[in-house]
Amino acid sequence: MKIEGRAWRFGDNIDTDVIIPARFLNTSDEKELAKGCFADLRPEFSKEAKKGDIIVAGKNFGCGSSREHAPVAIKACGISLIIAKSFARIFYRNAFNIGLPLLECEDAERIEEGDRLRVDLLKGEIINLDKEEKYYARPIPEFMMKIIEAGGLVNYVKSKK
Amino acid sequence: MGMTITEKILAIHSGRDRVSPGEIIQVKVDLALANDITAPLAIKVFEELGKKEVFDKERIVLVPDHFVPNKDIPSAQQVKFVRDFAKRYGIKNFFELGDVGIEHVLLPEKGLISPGDLIIGADSHTCTYGALGAFSTGVGSTDLGVIMATGETWLRVPETIKVIFNGSLKRWVYGKDLILYLLKEIGTEGAIYKAIEFAGSTIKELSMADRFTMANMAVECGAKNGIFEPDEKTRDYVKKAGAKEGIYLSSDPDAEYEKVIEIDASRIDPQVACPHSPDNVVSVNEIGNVKIDQAFIGSCTNGRIEDLRIASQVIKGKKVADGVRLIVIPSTPKIYKEAIEEGIISTFLDAGAVIGPPCCGPCLGGHMGILAEGEIAVSTTNRNFKGRMGHPESKVYLANPAVVAASAIAGRIISPEEL
Repeated sequence: MKIEGRAWRFGDNIDTDVIIPARFLNTSDEKELAKGCFADLRPEFSKEAKKGDIIVAGKNFGCGSSREHAPVAIKACGISLIIAKSFARIFYRNAFNIGLPLLECEDAERIEEGDRLRVDLLKGEIINLDKEEKYYARPIPEFMMKIIEAGGLVNYVKSKK
Repeated sequence: MGMTITEKILAIHSGRDRVSPGEIIQVKVDLALANDITAPLAIKVFEELGKKEVFDKERIVLVPDHFVPNKDIPSAQQVKFVRDFAKRYGIKNFFELGDVGIEHVLLPEKGLISPGDLIIGADSHTCTYGALGAFSTGVGSTDLGVIMATGETWLRVPETIKVIFNGSLKRWVYGKDLILYLLKEIGTEGAIYKAIEFAGSTIKELSMADRFTMANMAVECGAKNGIFEPDEKTRDYVKKAGAKEGIYLSSDPDAEYEKVIEIDASRIDPQVACPHSPDNVVSVNEIGNVKIDQAFIGSCTNGRIEDLRIASQVIKGKKVADGVRLIVIPSTPKIYKEAIEEGIISTFLDAGAVIGPPCCGPCLGGHMGILAEGEIAVSTTNRNFKGRMGHPESKVYLANPAVVAASAIAGRIISPEEL
């Protein structure tokens, strides 16, 4: 699976309240949720993110609540992948379950806002087209890769019947 | 090689003799939980799977507790959606206004949790039940929707970090201070994907309420679960709640830990987490002059009857400072009633507090006490992320109920010793 997109740069400990503040949680409609994505931190995000774009962050991305609305809102904004130094565990499960892949990469900090990236998910290979650099992410566990290949947990469970 | 209590519970629920950290296992779930925010998405997933029945009508718990009493039309629609689902599928444990309290206080109180159980909830603070010697962890809605259909889920067996607290606690120091102190030590990513096992002489002496508070905030360290070995105090609690007896497990002496952290609890003063992270912790004596606009006592962390007793003891006969709003929310109707019978509610009202109905309320900036731009709150809750309780330019400090009560009276964050 190959992904190409522009980087949106975030810092450490980006929590789910920042990804989608609680006042937007009175719905589970993904288009509505997309409008609240990073509403306070980066109000321009939901309007300007383009299909295929990639979020790049530091450690512990997605910490805080279990709200699946957080990865749903990010995905609904068009984001195709999140690369971070580490992820909070519930966010990690949630993202894969809804078919949004994540990569854990120690070199995430070398990527800057706006860099164009080409990523090979299976190899865990990230090419920074602007900087002409190559980074390697921790390989996605085989089990999680099966969920992504099925398009999320629901399809995975259905396919096992 | 022996096993930890977490590994033992996971082994039992995966039908195996033993499990090891790092393995991905399929487990049977004793109880599945969702609330008014997470249940609607989970129900949609369940329906997409096309099952005619839930895996077990008695083992699913639906608790609309976040935006209730319904704060607006979309919230009312969400609760209605959950209520209709509960009726249609004959879900026994659906709790509504009058019966409803904050999920993580309500479930143990209703006798739904026993030692050795495996509980999965679509709420990050599901880890609270580790206080009873159960394995419990939070997931998102898709995971929960699949569990409602199948009664099973997959888990990666976590490595365990053992945290040993020894020594007697100083006055006005509680479970909240121990977990905030640990957060200061290891940080919010200190235990990502791991189990935290609490042990030591301090822990043996702790009340169940304090243990619930600590297990509740294990997730703030990034942990998958926080767990206590069940003992006589657990047995008393479970018996009074009318729960089934459960299985009393403990870690083997030769169990393998990723790390062992020892803390001298006798030296810990009341702790305060400063904006905007639960690990930005200082001792209350080092806080300086922090004036407050609001004080909140409640939540799944510190809204139990023991917490209200502590706060009312500090507040009795005194008045909330001018310009400070004190909000008190008992976590469940039972706690509310006990607080009325013990005169605690009168004490709060006489001091100038407002009492809210059992719900999550202002903790997550839902309703019943939202902060305006530039306002500062001190709160017994579990998170103080930017904008958590309202305006993105507001600030939240986390502390124990005694510190919050004393601060409400002083108008700035202080130790109860200073009153």
